[in-house]
Amino acid sequence: MPFLRTRPARRTQDYVTIALFLLPAVVLFILFLIYPILRSGYYSLFNWNGLGPATKFVGLNNFKEILTDQVFVKGIENCIIIVVFSLAIQLPLALVLAIMVGRDLPGRVFFRSVFFMPYVISEVITAIIWISMFSPDPENGFINALLVLIPGVHPQNFLGDVNQVMLCVFLVLTWKYFGLHMLLFMAGLQNIPRELEEAAMIDGANRWQSVWYVTVPLLGTTIRTTSYLSILGSLTQFNLVWIMTRGGPVNASEMMATYMYRYAFIRLQLGYGSAVALVMLAFCLIFSIAYQQLNRQPDPLSGI
Amino acid sequence: MAAIDYRKADAFKKRLPRFFQYLVLTIITLVIVVPLVIMVFGALKTRGEMFLHPYTLPIPPQWENFGQILGTASFWILLRNSFVVMLCSTAGVLIVCSLAAFVFARLEFKGKEMAFNFLTLGLMFPITVAIMPVYLVVREMHLIDTLLAVILVQTAFGISGNMLILRGFFLSVPFELQDAAYIDGCSVFGFYWRILLPLARPALAAVGSLTMIVSWNDLLTPLVLLTRDSLWTLPLGTMQFQGQYSSDMALTAAFVTLSALPAILFYLFAERQIVSGLTAGAVKG
Repeated sequence: MPFLRTRPARRTQDYVTIALFLLPAVVLFILFLIYPILRSGYYSLFNWNGLGPATKFVGLNNFKEILTDQVFVKGIENCIIIVVFSLAIQLPLALVLAIMVGRDLPGRVFFRSVFFMPYVISEVITAIIWISMFSPDPENGFINALLVLIPGVHPQNFLGDVNQVMLCVFLVLTWKYFGLHMLLFMAGLQNIPRELEEAAMIDGANRWQSVWYVTVPLLGTTIRTTSYLSILGSLTQFNLVWIMTRGGPVNASEMMATYMYRYAFIRLQLGYGSAVALVMLAFCLIFSIAYQQLNRQPDPLSGI
Repeated sequence: MAAIDYRKADAFKKRLPRFFQYLVLTIITLVIVVPLVIMVFGALKTRGEMFLHPYTLPIPPQWENFGQILGTASFWILLRNSFVVMLCSTAGVLIVCSLAAFVFARLEFKGKEMAFNFLTLGLMFPITVAIMPVYLVVREMHLIDTLLAVILVQTAFGISGNMLILRGFFLSVPFELQDAAYIDGCSVFGFYWRILLPLARPALAAVGSLTMIVSWNDLLTPLVLLTRDSLWTLPLGTMQFQGQYSSDMALTAAFVTLSALPAILFYLFAERQIVSGLTAGAVKG
């Protein structure tokens, strides 16, 4: 009999505990993630400068304007350029370096520490350092100081040149983030039993074949994770670009996020800015959901 | 003879890739380090020296740029604000995430999966996407120009990822321990507080270090939520300083060096924790 009484009591006590434990997370989450997005959904339907209540209802006009604005389209293009370059150059570079440093190269900890260091330095500092590296004046810009040593080469305008600015942005992003990807690849390599590669070598595979046919496929989960981080980061890149170029010159390095910031916080068009934020959110959600659908394949090592 | 030749060739074959490996790694090390070294050298020169010999060694080192910055109150105010925000955000993330992670790792209830999926929605979009909506709501709450707003927003956006990392660690604590604790009359909270948290100290250190770095380097949240310069954090102050004094390269370099120093020192000290937090997050995520 006492059992019957204590069991339900224990249950309700458990539910109270669970509710109390989850409460802070759920409250913060609703207050600062979910509710703001719903609120933006409302304001995105208005032409509103943030002063007084929003009254000029414009329906979906803001969205129509955004998606037909050449500057925003340029922002999407630039984000996609960064995504493609990251996947095609930055991640393979990180993977090659991770394999090169491998599991037992003497000095591997040193190289890992140095390569990862830029990740810890803030984007503000990174941007300021590279503004000076890219300075068009060889007296201030180290890269131009090196370039003019080559006979016949003139100092380049780098960040001020419409054709070079995106490449410069990508180089700085690579400088800051390839160490992170390399670190994740190195962690992934640790989980691959060395016997698998050795078995391939014994079966007559050379070093490259064993890397390409054994190591890389087994790193599948890590590669997917780093690609995911890289794509999401590229789609929402703001700090580096904003400090280095403000999206210029003539919108040549515009990103979706710099466009959003300019409309919302410089021109104070909060309704329009809300709509831009929602368009960016849509991009991220579509990508994330597509990624999760594609990522259903089990991991070759753990089967999860 | 043939055997010796073979061995020689083998050693050569082995050494050549090694040499090539170190060559590549050294070049990349230089690419990483040279910009940082140029900045530190620049900070140790006078404005005139910086103009005449921008890339020479700073001999003798001139410390007055650092003195000039450390002598003003504004640098110390930035430093203090950054510390307050970092410590509170980290404490917030640790408390909120460990409580939620404990529930998802150890307790059963109806709707658990739904609640978990809800709280990991934050993985799908970074704060950049939501900063505009967040600004609107913080304004409605009259919390613009408070450090509290920055702390709450940073904590909220740290929930999804860090809860996932902690849950992974909590799942690896043997279930028998929990049964034993309950049999001995331990409450749910008692188990969490007196047994699980002490056991998970390495995991908490990893999550804590990672959150400290993220909070310390965060530009966008303070940029949007703080307008009064007495509340600015270090990244925000550094950005404004660069805009204001960009003609004085030596002084800017000194400011940037000083503002990079805390993060680099912390990295040298807590590299293991940061690395284990990141790799755990990536494996679980």
